[in-house]
Amino acid sequence: MDLNEILTQAKAAVAAASTPAELDDVRVNYMGKKGLLTEQLKQLGKLSAEERPQAGQAINQAKQELQQILNARNDELKQAEMNQKLAAERIDVTLAGRRANRGGMHPVTRTIQRIEDYFGQLGFSVKVGPEVEDDFHNFDALNIPAQHPARADHDTFYFTPATMLRTQTSGVQIRTMETEQPPLRIISPGRVYRNDYDQTHTPMFHQVEGLMVDTDVSFTELKGILHDFLHHFFEEDLEIRFRPSYFPFTEPSAEVDVRRAGGDWLEVLGCGMVHPNVLKAVGIDSEKYTGFAFGMGVERLTMLRYGVNDLRAFFENDLRFLEQFK
Amino acid sequence: MKFSEQWLREWVSPDLTSNQLAEQLSMAGLEVDAVEPVAAAFDQVVVGEVVECGPHPDADKLQVTKVNVGGDELLDIVCGAPNCRQGLKVVVATVGATLPGDFKIKKAKLRGAPSHGMLCSSKELGLDDEHAGIIELPADAPVGEDYRQWLGLDDSMLDVDLTPNRADCLGIKGIAREVGVLNNLDVQELAVSPVAPTIDDTLQITLQAPQACPRYLGRVVRGIDVTKPTPLWMKERLRRSGVRSIDAVVDITNYVLLELGHPMHAFDLATLEGDIQVRMANTDESLTLLDGQTVSLQDDVLVIADEKKALAMAGIFGGEQSGVTAASSDIFLESAFFAPTAIMGRARRFGLHTDASHRYERGVDPELQRTAMERATELLLEICGGQAGPVVEAVSAEHLPKAAEVSLRRERLAAVLGISVADTQVTEIMQRLGFKVTANEAGWQVEVPTYRFDIAIEEDLIEEVARVYGYNNIPSVAPKAALKMSRRNEAELSLRDAQRSLQALGYQEAITYSFVDPKHQAALFPEQATLTLPHPISVEMSSMRLSLWPGLLSAVGYNQKRQQASVRMFESGLSFVPDTTAENGVRQQSMIAGVIAGSVQGEHWADGEQAVDFYDIKGHVENLLRLTAHAADFRFVASQHSALHPGQSAAIYLGERLVGYVGAVHPQFSKTFGLKGRVFAFELQLDAILQRTLPKASKISRYPSIRRDLALLVDEQVAAGEILVVIEKFGESRLVDLNLFDVYQGENTPAGKKSLAISMVLQDVERTLEENEVNEFVNGVVELLKNEFDAVLRDG
Repeated sequence: MDLNEILTQAKAAVAAASTPAELDDVRVNYMGKKGLLTEQLKQLGKLSAEERPQAGQAINQAKQELQQILNARNDELKQAEMNQKLAAERIDVTLAGRRANRGGMHPVTRTIQRIEDYFGQLGFSVKVGPEVEDDFHNFDALNIPAQHPARADHDTFYFTPATMLRTQTSGVQIRTMETEQPPLRIISPGRVYRNDYDQTHTPMFHQVEGLMVDTDVSFTELKGILHDFLHHFFEEDLEIRFRPSYFPFTEPSAEVDVRRAGGDWLEVLGCGMVHPNVLKAVGIDSEKYTGFAFGMGVERLTMLRYGVNDLRAFFENDLRFLEQFK
Repeated sequence: MKFSEQWLREWVSPDLTSNQLAEQLSMAGLEVDAVEPVAAAFDQVVVGEVVECGPHPDADKLQVTKVNVGGDELLDIVCGAPNCRQGLKVVVATVGATLPGDFKIKKAKLRGAPSHGMLCSSKELGLDDEHAGIIELPADAPVGEDYRQWLGLDDSMLDVDLTPNRADCLGIKGIAREVGVLNNLDVQELAVSPVAPTIDDTLQITLQAPQACPRYLGRVVRGIDVTKPTPLWMKERLRRSGVRSIDAVVDITNYVLLELGHPMHAFDLATLEGDIQVRMANTDESLTLLDGQTVSLQDDVLVIADEKKALAMAGIFGGEQSGVTAASSDIFLESAFFAPTAIMGRARRFGLHTDASHRYERGVDPELQRTAMERATELLLEICGGQAGPVVEAVSAEHLPKAAEVSLRRERLAAVLGISVADTQVTEIMQRLGFKVTANEAGWQVEVPTYRFDIAIEEDLIEEVARVYGYNNIPSVAPKAALKMSRRNEAELSLRDAQRSLQALGYQEAITYSFVDPKHQAALFPEQATLTLPHPISVEMSSMRLSLWPGLLSAVGYNQKRQQASVRMFESGLSFVPDTTAENGVRQQSMIAGVIAGSVQGEHWADGEQAVDFYDIKGHVENLLRLTAHAADFRFVASQHSALHPGQSAAIYLGERLVGYVGAVHPQFSKTFGLKGRVFAFELQLDAILQRTLPKASKISRYPSIRRDLALLVDEQVAAGEILVVIEKFGESRLVDLNLFDVYQGENTPAGKKSLAISMVLQDVERTLEENEVNEFVNGVVELLKNEFDAVLRDG
């Protein structure tokens, strides 16, 4: 056979190979140690010195050409094999993944954390304290002496005449002022307790109270910070009004109402300028320093924010309720 | 305090609608809770007179009447009320009238008798709940007059929720004063003139506790008729103030209370033995009150007494024995000032709360007693007849509250409010409030009238200025403070870190009550004393929690009852452990606890459904401990806990400190909490996991690591964790990873033995470890485990 015939035959063989193994057989048949093209090279010696270079060049060219064809066919076959494999591995990607369920925070905690974050930006630090309190921290130091009518309004859970479940987190403010000097910026979130249980009261609920004591703290600033807070908290246009009120531990005192578009005025927090007697009780010079304090009911804010209608849902811990607050 | 708007407007009538007036009061600090009509809507209801009244021929309980309503003809009306009788002045809904509830009056026949209208009860007109009979009008009621017009029923009842400092507004007089200030209007004061005595009878009054009662006025009135009806106008005012009519004498004292804000009391003179003493009660002195309850008094309770006995708890409640009855004809009227400190808390101590105690414990104007006495006498004589004796006044001037003198500095006013109010405006506001104001260099010297006993210090005046100036006229300004960073230790973790970690593991946060069912608590913690609420909401909410588990387990039961297949919940909060060495006798420890139940990940198409077990929750706890970056310092030690399964519970130690427990809830509590299937729980002292180790970088080895596996046979009682601790300690820095990857017990292990497969990865920072070094290490481990645990290598 001459070179051309060999090459034609080889090309046909390459095309006919349907697996990489068959293709390799073809390679061995033509280019292996005893392959037909290899044999051609071995015949070169028989040729004259003049013929040899030309014939050699032709054989090498044929080898190169075959090699190229082999490579190309090899790539093709590999690709086909891969495609087949991939096709066999196809899965239904719409089936559910392995679940790693995410839990969630209680809506009351969520609200507390939002409040902490807003005031945290302004340098208020979070303080917590005991829930079984004594009458000094829960009442006396807050300018609510024994027998004060305001004590009757608190529906206090007493253990003894001198110890009780705290009715407000204000005791934490007292504890802070006992140990730290102004300037003070704190908020104290936590559980508080009142002996009252009906549609609109639970015997335990949550408050966040705030306190700022510094030189030159004024009522305008109290209004400023609460305006700011309420707008950020509700993230909507609302009207805010400050209504004079009375708390034994602040003077002047105010209650703050908000009104959403088309709604009624709703009371959301109480506040005022810290009463000089309170500062005196903890040894802060009320001539040098003034302060403001505010307190808000967390459940109420949460209800308004997320449209919760039943206060008692907060403590039933029904997962169907809680899981809505992811 | 509830009051009639019409009544207020007799004193002062600003040009405002009812709602505007309510809004104005609220914005001045007298919060109006409600504005309600004093009568429901109705029309064509007139005053009539029953001219004839006879039995219905065909109905026992009905009467047929002829009623004059001022028209040409008498109306035939059938009436079922037992008090319907000839000559009575009645309220008639005529044909065409519309009554509350859109009830239309039409011509009708009742059992054959024609009825052209209806005689009305109070309930049918929406006035109150009285429906025993029809309304009986006084004999002088004008026949034919529109009832609504005649009685002025187009009136509103305002309900003001007064703060404890504004007791001066617990009467029409005080509210009128406030409305006058707010609208800059003069108030039409009540003209009360002294009633001249027509008899000489008096009782002497001795103030034995002048601090508690510095002023007491008494007056004898003889020959009254208590059975005289209270006039309609007074009844109506009482009704519109939410006060029930009782009898003429009680109604009069209540009327004065509402009008002036001053409580009064009347004694039956016939029951008094000798003169009057105002004194502290003797210890254990007994007194039967008007409601029939007998109380045993203490020596800090002020009483009104005669020479023999206590008659009344001063300022709080009258005594039954000395009370005025329908048969009384001579009475002794009291009008006194009691110091708030002598009244505060006493009523509550005896479970009482009266209109009088409400006012006295907040404060009553110490200058108002004589006015109240004269006003009550005047009304009494007018309504019940009788003859009044002279007023006897006992007073201890030194113990009477003085008009307060308070100074207000311009500078302080500006500092507290953050605005400067013009001097003239400050002066004007205070003058309108009835304060006597003298300007001085620093500001003002203010003399406060006795009825504003809430004003004692400068801040009180600042509040008054701000209140009348209008809180909403004060601008809002962002606070200014020095920008000072607050210290935040990197090593301190926050509760939020722990919460996020659990949240990522599928835990939902719960908030349960801090007081739990004592039965639940005693079941889980039979050995521990608890703190108990003496007056809880209910017994089931009376025991302060020792652990967060009772609440969480109840929540698991609650949710399982509602078909929740899988429950994962956690809570953080205080536990309350009685401890005499702790502040207030209770150790209040922050805890974090979790419970899991049901399947690991629900039913999954590939993995099926798998119930949670101990190692799930232990893994969650380990994950939590890893926050600290020193999880290796925590140990899990097989342990007993009254709430947990004895074979599936571990105590968690940080070093030598016991910081928590994890385990399967003891199956005996399934019924207690309504639990389905196995439930697992953990609880940790929060502070144990809130300190983390700060990273300190060390060199990473460039040399290959070598893994060796050990297959060991040990006694089945040996705790695998302890073996790992021993290897860990032996391995020092070269042992970079240690893992127990298989536990086997079965056919191929001898009885009482288990097989453990442990992998160890060794690596050196400085060089590649030699084969013989590795072998030496492994042999060392094997030797050590043989000595410590009697462990042998498994063949093959």
